[in-house]
Amino acid sequence: MAMQDINQGKNTTTHTYQGLGPSLLMPTWLMIGIFLVLPVLMMLVYSFLTKEFRGGVIWEFSLNAYDQFIFDRGLFGDDPPKMEWTYIGIFWRSILQAGIATLLCLLIGFPTAWFIATRVGNSKSIWLFLITIPYWVNLLIRTISMKFLIRENGPANEFMMSIGLIDAPLQMINTNFAVQLGLFYSYLPFMVLPIYASVERYNFSLSEAAADLYSSQWVTLRKIIIPTVKPGIIAGCILVFVPSLGAFLAPDLLGGAKSFMIGSLIEDQFGGQAGNWPFGAAVSMILLSMVLIVLTFYARLQSRRAS
Amino acid sequence: MKFSTKIATAFFTLLVFAMPAHSAGKLSIYHWFEYIPQELLDKFAAEHDVEVTMDTFDSNEAMLAVLKAGKMGSYDVAVPGDYMVEIMNKDGMLDTFESSELSNFDNMMPEWVDVGFDPGRKSSIPYQWGSTAFSVNPAVYTGDINTWSLMFDPPAELQGKINVLDSQGDILAMAAIYLGIPQCSSDRSELKALNDLLQSAKVHWASFASDSAKDKLVSGDVAASMVWNGVAARARQEGAPVTYAYPKEGYVVWMDNVVLLKDAPNRENAIKFMNFLLDPINAAAVTNFAQYTAGVKGVGPLLSEQVKNSPELNPPALPVGTFVEACTEEVQKVYDTIWLNLKK
Repeated sequence: MAMQDINQGKNTTTHTYQGLGPSLLMPTWLMIGIFLVLPVLMMLVYSFLTKEFRGGVIWEFSLNAYDQFIFDRGLFGDDPPKMEWTYIGIFWRSILQAGIATLLCLLIGFPTAWFIATRVGNSKSIWLFLITIPYWVNLLIRTISMKFLIRENGPANEFMMSIGLIDAPLQMINTNFAVQLGLFYSYLPFMVLPIYASVERYNFSLSEAAADLYSSQWVTLRKIIIPTVKPGIIAGCILVFVPSLGAFLAPDLLGGAKSFMIGSLIEDQFGGQAGNWPFGAAVSMILLSMVLIVLTFYARLQSRRAS
Repeated sequence: MKFSTKIATAFFTLLVFAMPAHSAGKLSIYHWFEYIPQELLDKFAAEHDVEVTMDTFDSNEAMLAVLKAGKMGSYDVAVPGDYMVEIMNKDGMLDTFESSELSNFDNMMPEWVDVGFDPGRKSSIPYQWGSTAFSVNPAVYTGDINTWSLMFDPPAELQGKINVLDSQGDILAMAAIYLGIPQCSSDRSELKALNDLLQSAKVHWASFASDSAKDKLVSGDVAASMVWNGVAARARQEGAPVTYAYPKEGYVVWMDNVVLLKDAPNRENAIKFMNFLLDPINAAAVTNFAQYTAGVKGVGPLLSEQVKNSPELNPPALPVGTFVEACTEEVQKVYDTIWLNLKK
């Protein structure tokens, strides 16, 4: 009897929403359509249009933007085309910076996440809370504060000189180191939080079992813990790497804007003298495709391993 | 489907309510950062019973990009620099007015009425003008500072301690002045010389920054920086031990102008605002704040002592400054490549 009641109830529910599936999904479709597909499509279309002098586009098909990315025609644009290395160099520099920042985040973030996940009871949420507090402050403000900390006569240098670590102030501001520090500091919680979520689900009896079988701590870490929490590590790395790749606040404020990064190169196409919207759109599309290819490759690899 | 119609109705209702409503009692300004005192905006709002809103930009090009990207029709007035007025006018982004609409029209200094970028002042009024050169800490470099070689071929004391403006137009114009070649020259050997000069100068530059140039001088991060004269004056007053240079090769002058934008939602208030700024009392208030020079008659007696005697606002008779020119598309393309080479 009870069973029948439940079934009846279920039927009623099913009946109420019968055929409404598509419209119930509408908010999701609208979200994806308006905020994801539409802007990206616009960029894609713009990247194939003709540039208008000083910003804007002319609605004529053109491959000039991609041509500019690939071929170097010299200062005056009429040398025989050579391979253009400038933009590849800018991409490489950004990838390197973002990679180093990700590595730093992982080195600090993993032990931090491990520490938090292994606390008992309430103190876990307090630690997590402490991690997120700085992120209530706007990124721009935090980056500027970092600038104050590491400038030539700033507190960081004064502290190191007072304890006798260095004799003269270190040149930290306007260097690559400053950019990496800024990126690391900006995105650290994106590394800690996913790893924390993974470690929290980790079954610690696995570590005990390994120890029972005479595994050293290093081997346990490498063969048992890291593979188990790997999804968290990878999620963290992606969350740090991808925004670092397009970052332009840290390179601008901490690095002195001396060299283009992908983010500032794109920004310059829209807000700078260059005013080359199709090229800015093309660089964005190339960056987007690169990230997508890497992520798809990774997803394929994962699903092949799983099966 | 009934249900989805409801959702759609709800959605579009939301959209409609989210749109800002423009009433007659409003004025929307697109202005440079830190360039007008808030009290002056409040004064205008009180005098004319108008609700004033203002957004800011940090370069002429950034402003142009925002307006071109669909913001036309949402601002009433903007404040572009000299060459940008010409560009916007050619692109049909400016509305015109009759001089009779502005009762204070004749307050303009005569030399600023028939300007090359807006002959006869059909769409713009002068806001402030000034110069662009550089400031140096004379304790770090004790020699003669009035030459561009301090920026482009710096002495050992200044190497690695120089900030430059993050602005293609300014840097290329200054480099051309230093080399003694005409701006926007399409001569290949001259363009190559520009490229080479910037390449060799860059290794001595610590950073590219426009809006934090003052902060860098005050904090002592750099010993010299390219700056606008008003920023140089404010940096000095905030404790930076620097002197503003008037390079013997010449320097850049510019004039910012309040323009009436096409499709201004509150044209009438925009005209009132322009007229308001042509009143010497209000023009003096801007000058006392921003420390540039007004293009309005009768401002002199209203200036503060500090501004009147400021060395940054009282250039020597010689050399004279030159306006940055807007290059042709062909030359601009080479300039873009030079800029890319500089920052790659």
